[in-house]
Amino acid sequence: MAIGWYLVVSALIFAIGAAGVLVRRSPLVILLCLELMLNAANLALVAFSRMWGGEDGQVFALIVLVVAACEVTVGLGLIVAMYRRQLPIDVDDLRELQG
Amino acid sequence: MSAVLFFIAAIGAITGAIGVVMLRNQFYSVLALVFHLVSLAALFLLLRAEFVAAAQVIVYAGAVMVLYVFVVAYVGGGEEVAGGRSGLSIFGPLLAIALAVELCVAVLGTALKGIGGKGAPYVPGFGTPEQIGKLFLTKYLFPFEVASLLLLVAAIGAIVLARRRRGLEPDAELTARYHPPRPAWTGTMAEAGGLTHFEDPAGQPEVKPAGQPEGEPVLGSQQ
Repeated sequence: MAIGWYLVVSALIFAIGAAGVLVRRSPLVILLCLELMLNAANLALVAFSRMWGGEDGQVFALIVLVVAACEVTVGLGLIVAMYRRQLPIDVDDLRELQG
Repeated sequence: MSAVLFFIAAIGAITGAIGVVMLRNQFYSVLALVFHLVSLAALFLLLRAEFVAAAQVIVYAGAVMVLYVFVVAYVGGGEEVAGGRSGLSIFGPLLAIALAVELCVAVLGTALKGIGGKGAPYVPGFGTPEQIGKLFLTKYLFPFEVASLLLLVAAIGAIVLARRRRGLEPDAELTARYHPPRPAWTGTMAEAGGLTHFEDPAGQPEVKPAGQPEGEPVLGSQQ
């Protein structure tokens, strides 16, 4: 398959993830949609790595994987802390920082 | 053959992504993401990135998703309140469609010659752990070390964020853990010996053995 197809799939997944971040209200699902967007970027990186014939893009994809794992850990820690303080698990109800 | 596999994996990945966004139950959203990740690993294999595909399945679909399932079960998961965010529920999908169209136009309209081709000629050993490991330990040694430091910071940060903080949260959870509400006629020996059940913070009716007068001393009362 031509490399362009992979990039189109990557663009579609990224757009779906962006829609999820905008539409959903639960922070857990918003984290999942962030994962979708990071994965779309990973797919584009690996596709470009195949296009150029070097592994540098794959190394970059692995680093993105590590960063995504860190982001998940901290995000889930925040959600657990919110639950412990009995705050609503809803991004629309958490507007204390809004001026 | 490669084209058929590509379309199966691509449709699987996009279906999984739509499932993450559309499903109301958070638990099903996580399962849809697992499906999406496995399909994406198949796409990586088609691009000859064996090591990235394996890492994707083991780290993401395995470890990170188990973490998600734990947190969904802890927080309670369940259905999200119906009705999206005001305004954004209409403009969000519109913006996403515009973004997708724009990205596709930008990608397909570039003058990159390689985009229409099948990629560089395949050399044996491309994308194997050996090649990736060589790159990580020579050319990309510094990012590799920074990544390990980042993992350490994230682990410590998660512990600090999720630990129990005295005074910040109500004690009801602790009380309920040490004195869980019990069904009638099950209890400790002290209660069997004539002492009434402690007063329970959840507001459930107090359980008393029959025939006991009021005004007995209350054991284990928190107030």
